Amino acid sequence: MDSRDWIRDGLRAVLSGLIAIPLAVLNLPLFGLSLAALVLSIVPGLGLLLFPGITLLVRARADLARRLAGRAGVPIRRPYLPPPERAVAGGWRYYKWIVTDPATWRDFAWLVPGAVAGVVLGALTLAIPAYGLEGVLLIPLWISLGTDWYGYGAIWPIETVGEGFLSLPQGALILSVGIAVAPYLRRFDAHFGRLFLGPTRNAELRLRVSELTVTRADTVDAQAAELRRIERDLHDGAQVRLVSLGMTIGLAEEMVEADPAGARKLLAEARETSSAALADLRHLVRGIHPPVLAERGLDGAVRALALAVPIPTTVETALPGRLDTPVESAAYFAVAEALANATRHSFARTTQVELWHTGSALLMRVSDDGLGGADPSGGSGLRGIERRLAAFDGTMSLSSPPGGPTVVTMELPCASSSPKITPSSGTG
Amino acid sequence: MRVVLAEDHALLRDGLTRLLTAHGCEVVAAVDNGPALLPALIEQRPDVAVVDVRLPPTFTDEGLQAAIAARARIPGMPVLVLSQHVEPLYARELLSDRAGGAGYLLKDRVSHVAQFIDAVRRVASGGTAMDPEVVYQLLARRQSPLSALTAREREVLGQMAEGRSNGAIATKLFIGEKAVSKHINNIFTKLGLPVSDDDNRRVLAVLTYLNT
Repeated sequence: MDSRDWIRDGLRAVLSGLIAIPLAVLNLPLFGLSLAALVLSIVPGLGLLLFPGITLLVRARADLARRLAGRAGVPIRRPYLPPPERAVAGGWRYYKWIVTDPATWRDFAWLVPGAVAGVVLGALTLAIPAYGLEGVLLIPLWISLGTDWYGYGAIWPIETVGEGFLSLPQGALILSVGIAVAPYLRRFDAHFGRLFLGPTRNAELRLRVSELTVTRADTVDAQAAELRRIERDLHDGAQVRLVSLGMTIGLAEEMVEADPAGARKLLAEARETSSAALADLRHLVRGIHPPVLAERGLDGAVRALALAVPIPTTVETALPGRLDTPVESAAYFAVAEALANATRHSFARTTQVELWHTGSALLMRVSDDGLGGADPSGGSGLRGIERRLAAFDGTMSLSSPPGGPTVVTMELPCASSSPKITPSSGTG
Repeated sequence: MRVVLAEDHALLRDGLTRLLTAHGCEVVAAVDNGPALLPALIEQRPDVAVVDVRLPPTFTDEGLQAAIAARARIPGMPVLVLSQHVEPLYARELLSDRAGGAGYLLKDRVSHVAQFIDAVRRVASGGTAMDPEVVYQLLARRQSPLSALTAREREVLGQMAEGRSNGAIATKLFIGEKAVSKHINNIFTKLGLPVSDDDNRRVLAVLTYLNT
C-alpha cells in the first residue's frame, strides 16, 4: 500500500472514532427511552404508539452504526422484516410487526454494550494519536515550563533538555502507531456491532428469499413480455409476408400462360417479399440471441458490437473461455444497453469496454468521456440492465458525475465452464 | 467455371448446385461440413469456393474459419461466404490477408439470381463482393478515418466495397466513368494508398473501409 493511502485511511479512521464517541453516548438515552416505552406499553393505546416510535429511532441509530461499519470495511446488512401489508403506524398490525421481529430485540440488546464499546474504542482511537501529537508538539511547552514534574513516554520526569528532545521520536512513533492502528480499532468496533446488528442466519435466509422472490417475479415478467413480443413480431411480420408470398406465387402461376410479362413482375415481387421476410426473421433472431454471440461467444460478440457503435470504441477482454450461455447472453445485452446509452445520451467522443473474469464473477465496465450526469432512476435502459443482471444475482453500479466521465460497472457471479478451443480451422 | 460448394442444408445445397449449373458453372464438389472443405479445395483447386458461414460440426463460424484457413494454405483462393446474417467483423477477417478474391453475402441475396452469379464471377476473378448490408452498417458510423472523404467519395467507396466496376458505379450513381475514376483516385490519395496496380488498391481501400 502507498504510504499516502496508509496515512489517509488512518486519519479517516481517527475522524470516524471522533464521531463514534458522541454517537455511542447517544445510545444511553435511547436505551432509557426504550425501557420507558416498554414499561408504558401496559397502558392501553399508549404502548401501541410509543414503543414502535422509539423502535424506529433505535433503528435509525442502528442504521447509522451499520453505515459507519460499512465505511470501515465491515458491511452489515439490515436484518429487519419487511412491514406487513396494510400496516399503519399506531395500529396493532404495525405493533406486532415491530415486536415479533427478533432484530428489534437484538438492536435493543446492542444499545448498552454498543455504547461501551463505542466509547472505549473511540477514545482509544483518539488517545493514542493525541498522546503522540503531544510528544511531537509539546517540547517547546516543556522547555518553557522547565518543571521537573513533567515527563513524556518512557522518561519521567524529564530533567535535561536532551531527555526532553527524546519526546520527539517517541511522539512520532506513538503518533504513527496510533494512525496505523486506528482502522483496526474501527473495524473491531464494527465487528462487535455486527454481532448484534447483523442478520442472524435465519434472518439472512429470509432476506435472501424475499430478494429472490422479487428478482424471480421480475424475470418471469420480463420473459413473458419477451415471448409476447416475439409472438407478435412473428405474427405481424414474417408470417404475413409468407402468406402474401404464397398468394403472389399462386397468382403468377395462373398468369404464366396468359400474361408471361405480368407473371414475371409478380415473381419479382414475390422475391422482394421473401427477402423482407428473411430480414424480419434476422432482426428477430438478433434480438433473442445474436448469431455472433452463438458463434464467437461474449468476447467476439462484444467486439462485433463495438464495430457497430457509431463512435470509436476500444474493447479489452480477459476471459478464460466460453461462459454459460445464459450468462453470456445477459452480459451481452447488458453491455449492449450500456453502450447504447453512452452513444445515445452522453455526447461522448470515445467509449471503452472492459471485460474480465475473477474466477467467481464476470466483471464488465463500460466507460465514456461524455457529459456524465446519467441517472438510473431516469433511464429505463439502466433499470433494464439492473433487472437483467438481478436475475443472476448480478449488480450494476454507476458513476456519472456532471461533466463526466460515466462509468457503468456490472458484475455477474458465475464460474466459467471449461475453456473451449476455438472451432477447428478445417484441417481435421 | 469450377465451383466447390460447402452448405450443410441439403435443400440449399441442391438449390445452389442447380442455380450455379444453370449459369454455366460446374460444381465439382459439394461438402456438408467444415473439416471436409479444405481437402476438397486442395484436391479440386476450383475457380471459386462458395461457403456457408455456419457448418457442422460446431455450427458456429466453422465455414468462415475453414475459408480463412483455406486462403492461408492456398493464397488468393477465391472464396464467397454466405451467411444468414452479416457481421462487419467477419468481413474484416475474411479480407485481412489483403489478397482480394473474397466475398461475403447474405444468403437471401441468392434469390437475386443474376446479381448472385455476378458476385460469384467477380470473386472468382479476384474482386470483392461485400453485402450492401455490411456496407450499410459501416456507413451508419459517424466518425472514422473516412471522415476526410466527401459524401460522394464515400458513396463511390461503398459501391467499390460491394464489388462494382468503375462502369457499374458510374451507371448506378448517374455520373460519368471519368468522374468515377477521379473520385477513386481522390479516395486512394486520402487514404494514403501507394501507387501500385489498381485492383490491389481497390482491395486495400475496401479493407480500410472495413477496418474503421
